[in-house]
Amino acid sequence: MKNLLILGAGTAGTIVANKMRRLLDNDEWRITIVDQHETHYYQPGFLFIPFGMYSKNDVIKPKRDFIPQGVELIMSPIEAIEPENNRVRLAKDGRILNYDFLVIATGAHTHPEETPGIKENGWHKDVFDFYTIEGAVALAKHLRTWQGGRMVLNVVENPIKCPVAPLEFLMLADWFFYEQGIRDRVEITYATPLPGAFTKPIASKHLGDILEEKGVKVVPEFYIERVDPDAKKIVSYEEQELEYDLLVTVPLNMGADVIGNSGLGDDLNFIPVDKHTFLSPKYDNMFVLGDAANLPTSKAGSVAHFAVDCFSENFLRYIDGLDMLPTFDGHANCFIESGFGKGLLIDFNYDVEPLPGKYPLPGIGPFSLLQESEMNHWGKMLFRWLYWNTLIKGEEMPLPARMTMAGKWDK
Amino acid sequence: MTTKEIADKTVQVNEEGFMTDPNEWTQDIAAAIASEEGVSELTPEHWKVIDYSREVGLESGSAPTLRNITKGAGVPTKELFGLFPKGPAKKVAKISGLGKPEGCV
Repeated sequence: MKNLLILGAGTAGTIVANKMRRLLDNDEWRITIVDQHETHYYQPGFLFIPFGMYSKNDVIKPKRDFIPQGVELIMSPIEAIEPENNRVRLAKDGRILNYDFLVIATGAHTHPEETPGIKENGWHKDVFDFYTIEGAVALAKHLRTWQGGRMVLNVVENPIKCPVAPLEFLMLADWFFYEQGIRDRVEITYATPLPGAFTKPIASKHLGDILEEKGVKVVPEFYIERVDPDAKKIVSYEEQELEYDLLVTVPLNMGADVIGNSGLGDDLNFIPVDKHTFLSPKYDNMFVLGDAANLPTSKAGSVAHFAVDCFSENFLRYIDGLDMLPTFDGHANCFIESGFGKGLLIDFNYDVEPLPGKYPLPGIGPFSLLQESEMNHWGKMLFRWLYWNTLIKGEEMPLPARMTMAGKWDK
Repeated sequence: MTTKEIADKTVQVNEEGFMTDPNEWTQDIAAAIASEEGVSELTPEHWKVIDYSREVGLESGSAPTLRNITKGAGVPTKELFGLFPKGPAKKVAKISGLGKPEGCV
């Protein structure tokens, strides 16, 4: 018997478990997956909770429901990964798991405590995040009775999970406050460390002013040093100050602690891997999938899904002694809510920036790239159903894993 | 794509003057871009940051974040803002011949 061990039962890990159980022979392969939390979160749904569009129940299901028969699920924190000895030590009962092949899919997590002042006396009073279920629910409660004022959305540092979520939050907030009848009493500011809200040339050309048109003030190149929760202001390293009545923060994102403790990660605990095959350059039986990998593409579920498609084919080649093909191209595909029942869609990879066009059928769509449409909004809304019922179970999706230029134009 | 003459060498740049091919970069070019950006002299402290950013940038294909530079080059964030005033992330990327720091869209 050979052992395939998967660490993390989030989006990437769960899809790997499902796909590999179908592809690998039951008599030859034992598959084990480890996670410390019972609940699977549909993380893209967190964005909608503050505005009352989704509730907590819309985004949670038990992880066990998605682990197929023939895969052992172990609930335990991970103490250490020891690739030199091909084994993983668990916190629960000091159990040791040996493996022949290891897939690390331990994800990325927010760290508000890394920025002074965020998690102090203002936390969940007038300082909120929306990247955790607790933050999103607390913010929803706060917004229900908020009477307006200065709302500042700050991204602490990149990379972050779902890099478009802050833009969506701003546009949904504009819509929400309009519906509440208080838009004229809310000042929305976006402070980002990037040189602008849109940085890619063609996306900037098509969407450049969309935030300004919605009355959002963009403060670029804002590197936050600290939050002053008493004076209610955020302060940058250049002593630029922004006062707030409501601060929504996207805290520093880091890989799992166990990655750092096991000496496998970079400065943010993300693990270096080959960007086309996910194989570790250091250990020839270790792969990293999803947000845990240090790859120059977006940390997002769509990327994890395309990545696992490419990985599973390659893994079958690899265990048969064939060379892996450099199939993964960094493909990402993201709906962007733009408020008032409309949405945008972007499709890109390592080499090709988001371009306008139609997706997935060239010339037909039904979705429009880099352009607002109601259809795009419905695509995003339907996606939750697809996620729970198809994607996470590793079933075929009608979308190719690799990006295509068909149906796009590059200007 | 346009070209620009920097320190007697013709290099490819984007519309904001960021080099698009990091292999065309030289130390003389770094000094010339630095003075255009208001950093008149590149001290050993500056070079520590630039050398580290080059190393990381060539490997990963994009300029490192400030946090990465702080940890990797061992230069405190406040000092980075002193060495490259007004937007060190952008300035370090430009002087190091790496593309402009970008998001996904």
